[in-house]
Amino acid sequence: MTFARVELERLATLASLDIGREDLERLGGELSRILDFVRQLETAATHETEPLTHPLELNQPLRFDAVAETVDRERYQRDAPRTESGYYLVPRVIE
Amino acid sequence: MKSRHVRALIEADRIHPGQVARHYRERIAAFNSRLNAFITVLDQEPRARPADAGRCLLAGLPIAHKDIFVTRDVRTTCGSRMLGGFVPPYDAGVVERLADQGCVLLGKTNMDEFAMGSSNETSYFGPVRNPWDLERVPGGSSGGSAAAVAAGLIPVATGTDTGGSIRQPAALCGVTGLKPTYGRVSRYGMIAFASSLDQAGILARSAEDAAWVLRAMAGHDPRDSTSVNRPVPDYVAALAQGIRGCRIGVLENCFDTGLNPEVGERIRDALRVMERLGAKLCDIRLPHLALSVPAYYVLAPAECSSNLARYDGVRFGHRAQDAQDLPDLYRRSRSEGFGAEVKRRILIGTYVLSHGYYDAYYLQAQRVRRLIREDFLHALETVDLLAGPTTPTPAFRLGEKTEDPLTMYLNDIYTIGVNLAGLPALSVPAGLVGGLPVGLHLIAGDFNEALMLAAAHAFQGATEWHDLVPPGFEESAS
Repeated sequence: MTFARVELERLATLASLDIGREDLERLGGELSRILDFVRQLETAATHETEPLTHPLELNQPLRFDAVAETVDRERYQRDAPRTESGYYLVPRVIE
Repeated sequence: MKSRHVRALIEADRIHPGQVARHYRERIAAFNSRLNAFITVLDQEPRARPADAGRCLLAGLPIAHKDIFVTRDVRTTCGSRMLGGFVPPYDAGVVERLADQGCVLLGKTNMDEFAMGSSNETSYFGPVRNPWDLERVPGGSSGGSAAAVAAGLIPVATGTDTGGSIRQPAALCGVTGLKPTYGRVSRYGMIAFASSLDQAGILARSAEDAAWVLRAMAGHDPRDSTSVNRPVPDYVAALAQGIRGCRIGVLENCFDTGLNPEVGERIRDALRVMERLGAKLCDIRLPHLALSVPAYYVLAPAECSSNLARYDGVRFGHRAQDAQDLPDLYRRSRSEGFGAEVKRRILIGTYVLSHGYYDAYYLQAQRVRRLIREDFLHALETVDLLAGPTTPTPAFRLGEKTEDPLTMYLNDIYTIGVNLAGLPALSVPAGLVGGLPVGLHLIAGDFNEALMLAAAHAFQGATEWHDLVPPGFEESAS
């Protein structure tokens, strides 16, 4: 298969990635080869097989709805690129 | 320092506290520039050791963590520009447990970016070099940990294994690499790549050393909902059981096309040693094993595209300057912060999860995943362990496979099935081909790490491959 440029741009938008014009062709070729390769999965007879989402198929445990730890906002925000008065700063979203 | 093995090092630290860590700090200072195995080297311990060192399992043992485990107040990069300045506010479960048992953290090891790679060449911090040949790759993604242990810069290091990322570099660097059963070791604070496949493990000089560390590292962690609550056996005590009467199924699929014939010979030699030690060999074929790489390259990218959605330039991680608006901030921060392989996998994952393709790719891969797990479980009803080569070839040259992602992916052809099935596996050194190490792959049933480690220990009692040191990195050379 070949990846149409428009398809690749749609994927990049969904994934919030910019792809430079110079990379579009190379990346399209790489993704096409990878997807052609994984298409051999079609050869397996799986009509009676349930999907396996997780290797151990355990039930997810529930925990008590109790306070376990308190968040140290100041410490956690130390890694944030931009904050002010305890808030995360982003570009203006409302004009 | 006479012995580099864990038991002797703990004893040495008891007699002369601090001397063992000093020795390894000196080796890191002398050799790391040749290997680039560490992203961060710690001059002093970031926190005080436990008060009652006498009761710790690993008191005084120097350790390095793969830079995928978050460490409180110590930079954790995951090999990415995205997290180049990230200083976590907490410790991963593995980090905490090993510190509680007395381990001394000496540094954070280099790795493929977000653990996506098989050669350590996707690291933002530059490739790691293989101590056996500095022009060759150490494997990946735990390449820094493998190279550091092989070169004697650290006695043990942690790693993570999503498709072979502990066992493949262990094989290429000539060390012992253990991937425990999915759920055996906490994933809390281990930066997520593909959550249903990722598992923390160990790179060490021997199966005995790995058993010492696994005993301290394994166990339930309520902060990881996939962590399994079952008792941790005494892996060290279990080493003595040997392999007399152990039934080993030889994975004949792995000896078909694609295997370097000399690697195949070393593995057959190793299996003959196992037989001499009392194991009973038989041939096994897993009908769907050939589909493990294609299934993996649907499932792992799908999970990665979801896990890596959190990197948005807002709460932590790289942020692009002068963004026009919020979507622009997301796009540019992610595009600048992620490298080529990570972007490739996010795009594949986005594609296979998108409307119209989900059933054909993602659900079909999950169905094949069940077939693969059932193949393994069926085989393990008739044998105790499965064995084969860890990799098709010894270490390849830097740059040799970077142009073609698919060729690189096929390097993990023998290891990936184990992650899809969730089983424990390890790689032990089994000889040299052209002066480069070769690994024997052993696979056990769910939670049967003890038997696998005992088999590897018996093998290492009868061979000396695990004691070989790469030329130029001998203990006297520091």
